[in-house]
Amino acid sequence: MFFEALTFQLGYNATLVTLGALLLGLAAGVTGTFLFLRKRALVSDAISHATLPGVALAFIVMTWLGVDGRNLPGLLIGSAISAFLGLLCVQFLTSRTRLSEDAAIGAVLSVFFSIGIVLLTVIQTMGTGRQAGLESFLLGSTAGMLRADAILIAAGGAIVLTLVMIFRRPMTLVAFDPGFAETSGVNLTRVDLIMMGLVLGVTVVGLKIVGLILIVALLIIPPVTARFWSDRADYVVLGAGVLGGLAAWVGAAISASVPNVPTGPIIVLVSFGLFAASMVLAPSRGLLSTYLRHRRFQTGVHVRQGLLALAQGQPIYEPLTLRLLQREGLARADGVATEDGQARAARAHRDERRWEIARATPALELAAARYDGLTRIEDVLTTDQIAEIDIRIGGPEVVA
Amino acid sequence: MNEFVAFSLTPLLIGCLAAVACALPGNFLVLRRQALIGDAISHVVLPGIVVAFLITGTISTWPMLLGSAAAALLAVAMIEGIQRFGRIEPGAAMGVTFTTLFAAGVLLLEQSDTSGVHLDVEHALFGNLESLIWLDATDWASLADPVALAGLPPELLRIALVAVAMIAGLIIFWRPLAISTFDEGFAGTLGLPIRAIALGLVIASAIAAVAAFDAVGSIIVIAMFICPPAAARLMTNRLSVQVLWSVVFALNSAIAGYFLAGYGPLWFGSQNAVSAAGMIATLSGVILMITAIAGPARR
Repeated sequence: MFFEALTFQLGYNATLVTLGALLLGLAAGVTGTFLFLRKRALVSDAISHATLPGVALAFIVMTWLGVDGRNLPGLLIGSAISAFLGLLCVQFLTSRTRLSEDAAIGAVLSVFFSIGIVLLTVIQTMGTGRQAGLESFLLGSTAGMLRADAILIAAGGAIVLTLVMIFRRPMTLVAFDPGFAETSGVNLTRVDLIMMGLVLGVTVVGLKIVGLILIVALLIIPPVTARFWSDRADYVVLGAGVLGGLAAWVGAAISASVPNVPTGPIIVLVSFGLFAASMVLAPSRGLLSTYLRHRRFQTGVHVRQGLLALAQGQPIYEPLTLRLLQREGLARADGVATEDGQARAARAHRDERRWEIARATPALELAAARYDGLTRIEDVLTTDQIAEIDIRIGGPEVVA
Repeated sequence: MNEFVAFSLTPLLIGCLAAVACALPGNFLVLRRQALIGDAISHVVLPGIVVAFLITGTISTWPMLLGSAAAALLAVAMIEGIQRFGRIEPGAAMGVTFTTLFAAGVLLLEQSDTSGVHLDVEHALFGNLESLIWLDATDWASLADPVALAGLPPELLRIALVAVAMIAGLIIFWRPLAISTFDEGFAGTLGLPIRAIALGLVIASAIAAVAAFDAVGSIIVIAMFICPPAAARLMTNRLSVQVLWSVVFALNSAIAGYFLAGYGPLWFGSQNAVSAAGMIATLSGVILMITAIAGPARR
C-alpha cells in the first residue's frame, strides 16, 4: 500500500495529492532558504497564522453571496489578503515602533489567529451547517479533496517555484549581505517584498494540505537541514528543495496508505527525521564528525605532549597521555619510552626546537603564525629554510 | 444578577488571572527579545497533554500539568541543543522544535482513541472559557457559603495560585531580573547567576502558560505573553511603570473581551456568543495597535 502510494499507483486523486504535496514541499524548501539565510524564519509563522481570519471572512462573504462557502480559490484569495495584512502589521510594528521583530511576530500571529477563531464561532452560529471543512485549514486534510483543488495546489507550487528561480540572484545577495546588496543597486525593500510574497504564496498553497499551523515547518526545517550539508548558498537552496520535496512526498504517501495519519503532521515528522539524521551525520557540521574531529585533535595533542615529555626525560602523570602512547607502541606501561618512542620523541623535540627558532625569527613571522603544537614544520617551511634553522640549533641531540 | 455569579463570575476571574499571570513574565520576555518562547511553549503543551493522557488513560489535572510542563522543558532543551550543537540561529531552532513537537502531538492524538474524552486540537487551541461556570452558586451570598465554594471550578484555584506565585516571584526577584534583562554583562560582574535567571524566567513562563492553557487555551496564552507587555513598552521608559501598564492592559482586554464576546453579538441581533478567549486576545491586539499609533514612548 505504501509502496503503491509512493509510486503514484493509488488512483488518480491520491496521485494528484501526492504530486501536489511534492511540488509544495519543493517550493517551500527553496523559498524558506532565503528566509532562513535572512534570519527571518519566524516571520512565516506570523504570515501563516494570519491567514485564518481571511479564510473565515471569505467563507462568510461567499455564503452571503450565495456561493458555496467552501470554494477553495475563494478561500485562498481571502487567506492571501489577510496574510498580507498581517505582514504589513509586522512591518509597521518593527519599523514604526521600538518593538523588536519577535514581539511583532508574536503579537500579529496571536491576534490574527484569535480574530479568525472569533469569526469561526460566528460561522458556527450562521446555521449553514457546512462549516465543517474550515477546521481542516488548521491542520490540513487531503481526504475528500476535489480534483480541481489538487490541480490548483500543484499549479500554485509550480508557479512559486518558477518565481523563486527567476528571483534567486537578488534574493541570495540580500539574504547574505543586505548592506552590500543595497550599495550595489539592489532595491532592498522590493526584494524583501518579493521574498515575503513568495513565502505568502507557499503558505496559501499549503493551507489545504499541511494546515496553517504546520506550514511553517516546511519553510524552516528543510533549509536548516540543508545548511548542515553545504556552505554554498545555491547548494543549500537546491538541497532544501530536494529535502522538502522528499519529506512531502514520503509523508503524503504514508498518509494515503495508513489510516488515521493526517498529512500535515506526518510530513513535518518525516522532515524532522531528515533534520535529526543530518544534524548527526552531516560531513563537516554534523555532530558525529565534530566529535571525531575533536577526538583526533585531543589524541594529537596528548601524543605530542607525551613525546616532548619523553624527549626531555620528564615523567608523564596524565593517564590518557600514557594510555595513548602505550596504544601506539611508543611507551611502556611504566612510562618508559620504547625504541620507536625514543625515535618519535627525538623527532618531536627537534620539531619543537625548530618552531621555537622560527617563531623568534621576524622573517618567518607569517609561517610561524601557523604554530599550533600539531602542524609539522616541514608542512610550513621549505627544506632550505629548515636547513638554515638547523644550523642555528646545532646537530641532533641524543635522548637519554 | 444571580445569573452573573453562576455563569460569568468564574470565567471572568479565570480570564483576568490568566491574563495577568502571562503578562507579568511576558514583560521580561519581550524586553529580552524572547517573546516567541511563549509561542513555542504554548504549542508544545499539546503533545505533553496527549502523552500524559496516553500514560494515565484519564483526563486528570496533575498528570496533564506535569506532562505539559515536561514538554515545555523538553522544548527549551531542544531549542538550546539545536542552537548550540547545530549552530543554528535561535529563530529557526525554535521553528524546528515547536512545529515538530506540535506535529507529534497531533499525530498521537489522531492515532489514539480519545473518542470517550474531551480532548481535541481545537479545544487545546481555543480553550473553552465559557464552560468554566460555577453551578453551585445561587447569588453573591454564595461567596460566603462553604458548600457552594467547594463547587468552584478547580481551574480557578489553580490559576489564582499561579498568578499569586508570579506576582510574588516578580517582587522577590525584581532587582536581579531587571538588571540581567537590561545589561547582562553588568549583571555578570555583579555576580548574578545570569543563566539561572534566564532559565528561571523560561520555567516561570512555562508554568504560567501551562496553568493558563488549562483554562483558556493556547491562543490567549500567546497573546497575553506578548500584546499587553508590548503595548506597555510603548507607554513608558520605566520598567516598573511598564509592568503596571501591562497588568492594566491585560485586565482590560480580559474584562472587555469577555463581555464583548458574550453580549456583543446581541447588538447585531444574534443570539449566540462568540469565542471569549478569541475576543480577549483580539482586544489585546487592538490595545497594542492603539499604543503603536499613539503611545507616548512608541519610538
